[in-house]
Amino acid sequence: MLSKKEKELIAEICGKLTPVAEDIGSDALLRMFATFPGTKTYFSHLDISPRSPHLLSHGKKIVLAIAEGAKDISQLAVSLGPLQTFHAYQLRIVPTNFKILSHCMLVTIACHMGDDFTPVAHAAMDKYLSAFAAVLAEKYR
Amino acid sequence: MVEWTDFERATIQDIFSKINYEVVGPAALSRCLVVYPWTQRYFGNFGNLYNAAAIASNPLVAKHGTTILHGLDRALKNMDNIKETYSELSVLHSEKLHVDPDNFKLLSDCLTIVLAAQMGKDFTADVQGAFQKFLSVVVSALGRQYH
Repeated sequence: MLSKKEKELIAEICGKLTPVAEDIGSDALLRMFATFPGTKTYFSHLDISPRSPHLLSHGKKIVLAIAEGAKDISQLAVSLGPLQTFHAYQLRIVPTNFKILSHCMLVTIACHMGDDFTPVAHAAMDKYLSAFAAVLAEKYR
Repeated sequence: MVEWTDFERATIQDIFSKINYEVVGPAALSRCLVVYPWTQRYFGNFGNLYNAAAIASNPLVAKHGTTILHGLDRALKNMDNIKETYSELSVLHSEKLHVDPDNFKLLSDCLTIVLAAQMGKDFTADVQGAFQKFLSVVVSALGRQYH
């Protein structure tokens, strides 16, 4: 349940992230690998060292998808359709990991925005990322 | 027993030596009450928690936030025996305060984010890893005496 104000906050934050999508995305991934080593198992086929091309492009993809979804949150189930299928049938990432990455994204955003990442903004982003993760996992079973 | 690398020990001691307890503690607790509003159930006698602004300026929240953060000091001083160090507090939270232990993780996530906002670039992936490992050990110790 996102209020109008919350959607505005989310859109504002995603607007700030889009130009630096590569940096934000790769930073969030690196934090995830450092803090939750089990998540590295999904990346054995990629070079995930800091600033590697794989890490940067992968991080960028993720952040841009999140920003895109924020443009019309009520349509997430539609806009995420292809990604839902991809995650359910190809990637098959255990959905608990979505929560872990979401947390690391919030930490990255906090580092980036400092005090501007107020508790209310944090709550709004957390709600959005939870909704995003839930929709992403919808085709799993 | 938990194994700590030299980097982890040094990082954790360093973070806490620089923290302003009276700022970070209240910030973490009030953030938790805003982001996870159901946690307010444990603070019925704290007065006005109606919105983020009220929570941020509530003196009881501030005082309690500071108390909680100082509660981490005992882990800091006993990093090789965190389990035993918290057994009393664990019993307290279970038997007297009746706090769902899942909430400990929520508070520790908020504390992590407060630190991240404060430390910015210095809160690197490795520093975060060390800090979250420390918090997860404390959280686990606090949940141990629940039956």
